[in-house]
This record gives sequence, C-alpha cells and structure tokens, in this order.
Amino acid sequence: MNFDPRFSGRKFASVGTRPIRPDGVDKVTGRARYGADFNMAGQLVGRVLRSPHAHAIIRKIDTSKAEALSGVKAVITAADLPDLTDGDAAMYDILDNCMARTKALYDGHAVAAVAAIDARTARQALKLIEVDYEVLPHVTDVDEAMAHHAPLINDTIFTEGLEQKPAKASNVTKRSQFGHGDVHQGFGAADFIVERSFKTEQTHQGYIEPHACVANVSTDGTADLWVCTQGHFVYRQHCAQLLGMEASKLRVTSSEIGGGFGGKTHVWAEPVALALSRKAGRPVKLVMTRDEVFRASGPTSATSIDVKIGARKDGTITAAEATLRYSAGPYAGSWAEIGAMTAFACYKLDNVKTVGYEVLVNRPKTAAYRAPSAPMAAFAVESAVDELAKEIGIDPVEFRIRNAAQEGTRSSYGPVYGPIGIGPTLEAVKNHAHMKAPLKANQGRGMACGFWFNFGGQTCVDLNIGMDGSVSLAVGTVDVGGSRASLSLVAAEELGIDYTQLKAVVADTSSLGYNDMTDGSRGTFSSSMATISAARNAIKILRERAAQMWDISVDDVVWEQGHAVAKGEKHGNLGKLSLKEIAAKSGTTGGPIAGHSELVADGAGVSFATHICDVEVDPETGSTRVIRYTVVQDAGKAVHPTYVEGQYQGGAAQGIGWALNEEYIYGKDGRLQNAGFLDYRIPVCSDLPMIDTQILEIPNPNHPYGVRGVGETSIVPPLAAIANAVSNAAGVRMTHIPMSPPRILAAIEAEREG
Amino acid sequence: MAGVAVSTTINGDAVEYLCQPDEPLLDVLRDRLGLTGAKEGCGTGDCGACSIILDDRLVCSCLVLGAEAEGRRIETVEGMAHGDRLHPLQQKFLEHAALQCGICTPGFLIAAKDLLAKNPDPTEEEIRFGLAGNLCRCTGYDKIVRAVQDAAIVMKGA
Amino acid sequence: MRYIRPLSIEDAVGQLAGSAGPAAILAGGSDLLVRMKGGFVEPELIIDIKGITGLSEIRATADGFSIGAAVPCAVLGENAALKKAWPGVVEAAKLIGSKQVQGRCTIVGNLCNASPAADSVPALVAAGARAVVVGPSGKRTIAVETVPTAPGRTSLAKGEIIEAILLGSQAPRSADAYLRFIPRTEMDIAVVSAGVNLTLDEAGVVTAARVAIGAAAPTVLLVEEAAEALIGRKLDEAALERLAKICSGACRPIDDKRGTIEFRRKVAGVLARRAAQTAYARAGGK
Repeated sequence: MNFDPRFSGRKFASVGTRPIRPDGVDKVTGRARYGADFNMAGQLVGRVLRSPHAHAIIRKIDTSKAEALSGVKAVITAADLPDLTDGDAAMYDILDNCMARTKALYDGHAVAAVAAIDARTARQALKLIEVDYEVLPHVTDVDEAMAHHAPLINDTIFTEGLEQKPAKASNVTKRSQFGHGDVHQGFGAADFIVERSFKTEQTHQGYIEPHACVANVSTDGTADLWVCTQGHFVYRQHCAQLLGMEASKLRVTSSEIGGGFGGKTHVWAEPVALALSRKAGRPVKLVMTRDEVFRASGPTSATSIDVKIGARKDGTITAAEATLRYSAGPYAGSWAEIGAMTAFACYKLDNVKTVGYEVLVNRPKTAAYRAPSAPMAAFAVESAVDELAKEIGIDPVEFRIRNAAQEGTRSSYGPVYGPIGIGPTLEAVKNHAHMKAPLKANQGRGMACGFWFNFGGQTCVDLNIGMDGSVSLAVGTVDVGGSRASLSLVAAEELGIDYTQLKAVVADTSSLGYNDMTDGSRGTFSSSMATISAARNAIKILRERAAQMWDISVDDVVWEQGHAVAKGEKHGNLGKLSLKEIAAKSGTTGGPIAGHSELVADGAGVSFATHICDVEVDPETGSTRVIRYTVVQDAGKAVHPTYVEGQYQGGAAQGIGWALNEEYIYGKDGRLQNAGFLDYRIPVCSDLPMIDTQILEIPNPNHPYGVRGVGETSIVPPLAAIANAVSNAAGVRMTHIPMSPPRILAAIEAEREG
Repeated sequence: MAGVAVSTTINGDAVEYLCQPDEPLLDVLRDRLGLTGAKEGCGTGDCGACSIILDDRLVCSCLVLGAEAEGRRIETVEGMAHGDRLHPLQQKFLEHAALQCGICTPGFLIAAKDLLAKNPDPTEEEIRFGLAGNLCRCTGYDKIVRAVQDAAIVMKGA
Repeated sequence: MRYIRPLSIEDAVGQLAGSAGPAAILAGGSDLLVRMKGGFVEPELIIDIKGITGLSEIRATADGFSIGAAVPCAVLGENAALKKAWPGVVEAAKLIGSKQVQGRCTIVGNLCNASPAADSVPALVAAGARAVVVGPSGKRTIAVETVPTAPGRTSLAKGEIIEAILLGSQAPRSADAYLRFIPRTEMDIAVVSAGVNLTLDEAGVVTAARVAIGAAAPTVLLVEEAAEALIGRKLDEAALERLAKICSGACRPIDDKRGTIEFRRKVAGVLARRAAQTAYARAGGK
C-alpha cells in the first residue's frame, strides 16, 4: 500500500481541538473495567510465594502440605514452567524472573504459586510450602557490585563489549561506548573544566493500579487472558512462548490500564496465572499486592555517573565525557547503553565520549520507566553544565543556547538531526516570565534540558464504516492517557467528519494484527500514522462507491470535507455525496466499507524539553518545596493539546518525586525496607504547585501532521532542574538523588563547616 | 469462621450481605456486590483509591471491615450521577481532562465531593490539602485541582 | 475468627480477658487492618468498641475534657472548645494520615499502637494528658507517657482497655503546640516531632512547661531538662538555643528508612524551638 508519511503542512479542523475523551464517562462513573475489575465464573484466587532472601540457592521446594490443604486446586513451581526458550537468552531471563529456577536473585523473587478457592485458603497454602534455601552473599549497590570482591550474581556472565573477552566472570554484563572526535584534545583546548560524580537511587513508576490478570486455559489448548498491560500483543507472544502455545490460540484482552509508565511492558504474573489455570483446569485471577508491586515488578536503574565537561572562555564546549553505571537487577539489560546515548544529546559537540556499564545487582529486574535511563544521565550532565556556566561566568540559559544542537548537528550518539526543538525550547525559556520573577530568601531557581528519542514501530489499525455512517476505529496500542481521543481526532480530520461520529476502541489480540506496545512515546505517533493510512484507504473505497453511484470514473471523484465531490465540468450537475449517504448504499455497491493499515511507523521525531523550577529550602531542616514549575516542550503537533499538557505535567510531577524523595531503600540484609506508598513517598497534591506548560510545535517531517511522541521527555529535565534550583537555594551543589531532607541538611552542614 | 450478616444502605439502596469477620468493606463492595468503582491501590490506606463516604465521613474502604457497615450509610462513586445526569464534579473532571489512566478518579471524585460538602468555597491550598490522601501518578494534580475549583463554582451557582 | 460489637465496656473487658486466642480491639482500624492485611496479626477475636455508650463522645468535665476511645481524630478538630483549649493536641491528631484516615483513627489507637513516631502522643504528653484504663480488676488513671513501653508494646495488662483520654482545662496564659517533620506535606509518618505546652505569667515569663519529643527514641521522650531551661525566663534567643540543644542531646534516635541519627537529632532541636515559639505566642507571650 502506498502511504506517504511526509509532513504536508495542512490546515486542521479537528486536530488541535480539545473534545471530551470517548472513554471518559465510564471512568468518572466507576464503570470502566481495569485489571482487577474482571471476573470469570468459577475463578480461583492465585497467590505467589516470594523469596525473603536477596540471593539464595533453592535446594528444594516441598509443596505437598499445601497441595493437601482443602480448597487448594493447584500449586506450581519452576518445574511447571519448563524451559521452552530454545536458547533465547532474553526470554530465559523473563522465564526465570517469573519463577526462580535454581536461585532466588532478589527479595521478592517468585519461587512458587498456588490457586485456591478463596484468598484466605491461598494465603494459608503459601505458608505450607517449604522452601529449603542456601543463603548466599548478596550485593544491591551498583558501585559495590562492580568491585572485584563483589558476590557474583551469575557466573556465566563475562563482560561484553571489551576488546578481549575477560578471563573472569563479572557482574558487569556489557560495556558500550558512543561519541566522536577526540575528547583528550578537546579538554586540552578548554579554559574551564568541571568534573563531578553523581549518584541516583532506584525508583519505581508508582502506577496506582497493581498488576492484575485473569487467565483461563481450556483443555483444548486455547486460552484467554484479561490483563492490564501496555502491550497485549507482546504479552501474548511472551506468554505463548513460555507456555508452549501457538500465539493465535491465546487471546489477550487489555483492560483499562491504571498507569504503567514503562512498568507494564513485561510479564511477571501472567505466565504464572496461565500455568496455574492450566494445572487447575479453572480460571485463575492473580492480583499483586502493593508490597509485591514494589518488591517484584520492575523499577528503574540506580546509577553512578562521572561527568567531565570543558569549555572555552567564550562559552563554547570543547569536550564532554561521561562514564555511566546502571543497575539492571539480576538480568542483563541495555539501560546504561541508553543512558550513554542520551547523555549529551542536547548539545552540538565536536569531541564527545560516553561509556556505559550494565551492572547486575540483587534487586528486581529493571524495567522501563518513562524515557528510561535518560533522567539520570540528564541529571549528571545538566548539573555539570550549570556549574561550568557558573565557572565561566555566563548565564546558564545563554550557555546552553550557545551549545545547543540544531538541524544538521551530528548527535552524540551518532545520527544527524533533522529539524529539532532544543534551541526553540531554550529561547522560549529565556523569554518566559518565570525566568524574570523575583525570588525570596532561601529560594533558588534552576533550569535544565532533556532529550528523548521517541519510538515508532509495528502498528495496525482497522477503520470500519457502519451503514449508518458512523465509524469505528480499532487500534492496537493500549490507551494509557487519552490516545483514543487523539486517534479519533485524527480519523475525523482525515475523513472530514465530526469527532462524535467516531468511536475508538482498543482491540484484543484476536481482532487485529500485531502491534508493538505503548512505549517509547509511540502510541499516538504510530497509531495516528496508521489511522491516517487506514482512513485514506477507506476514502479510496468511498470514492469508488460514489463513482459507482454516479456512474462516473473514480478519477473524477475527490474527497473534500467528508464528502465525495465530482470534479470536472461534465459533472457540474452532480451534488456532493456525504460519507453517510455513501455508507447507506454500501450494501448494494459492494458491501462493507473499511480501511485497514499495517505499517512500521518510521521516523519518530526526537523530542526536547527545557524546564524551569523554583524551590524553597528550609536551611534548618533541609525541607524543600517546589513553589513554581514550568515545562516547555516540542510536541511536533499537539493532536489533543489538553492531553499533551497532561503528559508534560505528569512527567514533571514524577520527576519532582524522584528528585526529592522517592527511592528504594534496602537494608543490610538485602531486603527492601519501604515497599509501600507510605514510605516510598510519591508526591501528594499538597506537595506540588500548578505546573505551567508551553507547547512548541516544530513539525516532525516524517509524519503527515508533524506529530512527535510527547509522553516521556517531560521526566528527563526535572531531576537536573530541581538539583540546580536546590543547589542555588542552599548554596551547595547536590550530587545525590533523591535530595531528601537528610541529604540536603548534611550537605548544608558540611558546607558550613567547610 | 462464622460469616457476619450485615444490613446496610449503599447509595440509597438497602443492601444485605454476608461477609467474613476480617473482610475489608472494599472487598465486600468489589467482590460480593460488584461495585468495582472503588479501587484497591494499596490496601493500607495510603492511596485513597478506595475512598467512600461512610455516614458523611470520608474513609478508605480498605480500612473498614465489612462487618462494621451494619446500619450505616455508604456512598460510592456509583451513586454520584443522578440517572444519566453526571455530578458537576464528574462533568468538570471530563472537561478539564483531570484524569489520564483514571484509576484514581473514583477516589478523587468521592474525596472532592466530601471536601465541597464541608467547604463549598475552598482555596487552592485547601483543595490541595483536602485531596492529599488521594494519590494520582498521571496528572501532577494540576488539572484535578482546576476541575474541583470549577465544579465548586458551578455547585455554588446551582 | 469472630467479630463482636459489645454495648458496654464491662462486656468488652470481659470478652477481651476471656479470649483464649489473640484478640484485638477495633476502634478506627487504621492500624489494625493494615497489620491484619500484612499478616502481622491474626486475631481470633475482633472487639469493635464503637457501639459502647459514651466511647464516641468528647465530654466537658469539671476539670477539662474526656475524649472517648472511639472518637475519630477528625472529630477532635470539629470541637471548638477542645481546639481552643488544646490547639497542639488537636493539630497533632489532625496530622495523622490523610482525611480518610482521620475520619477513622483515634488518639487512643495511636497511643496503644505504641509506635515511637505516633503523632498525637508527644502532644498528649506535653499536655499532661492521662489515660483512663478499664480492666478486669477495675478502673485506673495513668499518665499517657507510661502507656508505651517499647515499640509495639504497652503497659496494659491482659483484658485492659483504655476507655478515654483526659485533658485538664488550660490555666490562664497557657497554650500548647505540636510540630513534626515529614519530607512531604501530608501522608507521612513523623521523622521526628516535638510537643510543647507553656504557661506564662503576666509579664510573659514562663512559669510552667512540658516538652516532649517523638520518633527520637524507642518511646516518646518527656524532656524535663528542656522544660527547666524555659521556666523562669521569657522566650529569648538564648533560652530557645538552650532548649534546642537539650532536646537534640536528649534524643536516642536510630538510622532507618525515614531518617538518619544526625538528622533526627538536629531537627528535634529545631522543631522544639519552633513549637515553643508557637505555644508562647498562643499563650499571649510577645
């Protein structure tokens, strides 16, 4: 199918308006069904037994007493999930993470599971399972895990990416490097050099809805799975592979999703629920507790980062270098690699080098968290950039403008940029009233920039036109924050009809072709591209049908504002035919009218943001309040501006939580100390000010409407913006995230004592 | 374990159920009565997603036993709209896009309803502190606060 | 497991004393249900005391107030007379958890949960509150600070229930205040806290003082030396400095997920000083 994805610069009728979302009423009346809101007749309650040890060999599991308990219908261990991964190392890691095979690798690692007639029986059954552990030394800190004496988490891992294969196994799974030019020479040309080390602690996406699913495996080998996920097609692939099923035999329906932010991109409980259902011969509902979500889903990496940047007196950066160490949990990942790619992506640099190290630790398997890996790298780099500006004696915004990447710049991770928004966001910040507002005592202002790639990927959309002329749009990217509204706007725009004439749904895996998951800010970007393509395919059919109704050549029929119009003098007496009129006749003109689209959405435009933040620090307690916050970000084109603002505000709020209070706290015993909302401390309503937003629209040349992803970039600058603000308010450079009150107070005291 | 027989009033309707002595009211609402508007985000009173109004008092239904509801009056999100007419808070949440994923929305609506019943003209700070028991991870609260402010204006005029 | 709702305190005491297995008192449930959910307690008997006559009331007594064991903290804030007499106690009670939790939780529950970080306890101790204990062998009245004996432990004997908390009527030119430190603005447990109650003479000189520090030792600290540092003086900078220093020195804190030893020590002094200033101003001191 010939689809031209290039930006066309058209005028919009629907896109850019702010209608109420199609799924809204269900969500304000309590009718919307999320993961845990679905039940099946005869369903059992599933519960998972988890390791209390950070690192231990599982010598033996005795499930006989649990199996003997009345009301228990199935008990499973790793033996019930045999290894069918056929040498696929990444899938094997997922399998091992779902159910520990020989070793428990973190506090909370699943070791067995039960299905019983009710929750009470299931809980009792877990207590009756006897696990014989041989406890091993553990390591949870990223720097300690890299030390030579560190306990080895996996003795088959030899660091990849070194010139020679190392002789010894290591917790470092991979070294990766990016950059160009000669940093040594660049630093030689610098008048000022700033060199600093930073740490960030591990955080969790903190979605309010715990993971939940209902699995029903039939004796004929088919199965249904209802689940809250960011990607039901991916879940289907993974579950089918792990259970030895054909993908088409497993129908996965994505429920409404109560937040994901990257955390619902991996299977944890779903293969377990399916295995329990298979063994019990009944549907099984498995819902994680909040404690399990923190201990056993996928938080982001903890990091340790060294940054060195040099510049001339005139404010030109001559060289930039960073070493980034990211924890991956007990399985290999690509988190440091992504961090190393993003670290200096905002800048135009002749000499740049970044090196990333993936580090295994006895913590849960790291998962994506909104622009994964970028916020920590940005924190380190943007803190150093601020300090360097200070040393040179140049305004931090001006300094960044002078070194900002632009169209044609070779990025620090390789590709050459097209039209990009870093310069415009900086100019907007420079001219923003926020930058000129006065500050009071103990207050400080900070700003910082951030970058995210944005993804595209495999996408499939069905657009069906009913005989009454109403349109149903079936998409395969899960709606995490209003994409059904934005995709309806796009379809309405393309067809030239009213938004209310459409209804968008997220189709299940048996009703639509494969879609990659909603991650990488790809939902609206890629599904809008497929929606445009599907609508254009439908329009082609609509034109054909109109031509048939008029008995003229289709070449003489064009589509204008929701109508077929006959062009040419000889058709002067023909009126327009509306979509409704053509649809009404579809039964006699060739049957149902539909447009389909299957494509790989290439060319997701990179995204940049610049944030401004004012804080007030209590110098006697280290308490910090964010008193004003502004987000400026390039959206390419804001399809539904209210939901774009929502993405900006939400990312900023998560960044504020990360910057100030959120962290995984492990005890010396390797157990997570704060596995609950009370002590994990995500921001509450009274912690935050209004979050101002400014949407810039620098069209993405690779999308018909110029759309770029908008979901993730907003979490990249906050750590650094707040760190710069706190450092300015407290008079001391903060290098450890979160900047919790004890850390700030200790830094102030240390500074006072010199 | 002996079940406890309970007669109570939910959204104006007389309701009877049998529950276990240690069963949270949230589980009774969701699993026994099919009222899944109240959500379990934590089960420990830290997120507010299960907020209900119990005899004019805002509470987390995860911190109330089903057995305690005997003779009481319960309001849940399912009772907020009158027929097909949405409550002004529901309408304003839609108009302001005060929800993204929507899992926290029922709890916020109930908490905001209680807030405005006790303080019809709250300041931004009073709204923020009044809703501090409800966690939202998507919106940064900005649009929620604005929706409540707007609903307060509408409700005062009504 | 059984759930019962006795209608008299005698019945409740009898059931509690006679219970063969573990029994739990249910008032607001904001601690009990969390502990049950986590599997930390599995009571065989849950005794809901909210049906007992008088336990859900705040009564004005001849010499102050009697706050029933089942009165939710939110109700304390709605009692104008109590709020006027003991603003520090009321603000402490209204800091516990969220609005949702305050609609359920009680100061007696807060006291009997025996957490070192309980918000209402330092304020009650500073206010000189007393607890009315009813048990199989009768009724006794004890100082609030003698109730918690260690984290999670109380001095109550088997079968004993705290029926009410007694607060005196404030002397003229007296006021209390409570402050706690939390990293967020709401929904947190105190990292460290301070309650101060002051009485002044007509010249603004402190004649009586009680200073209590929370979350800085296994149980609440009544810091008598801190009170002595204030008595006989106006609240000048030197007195405040001494107060802060004594309070910091009195702490025996631990490092945990909520804070460090150094932080708690330092901030205990800061909060004591600030709470003293608030109490002083409320008492009419200038």
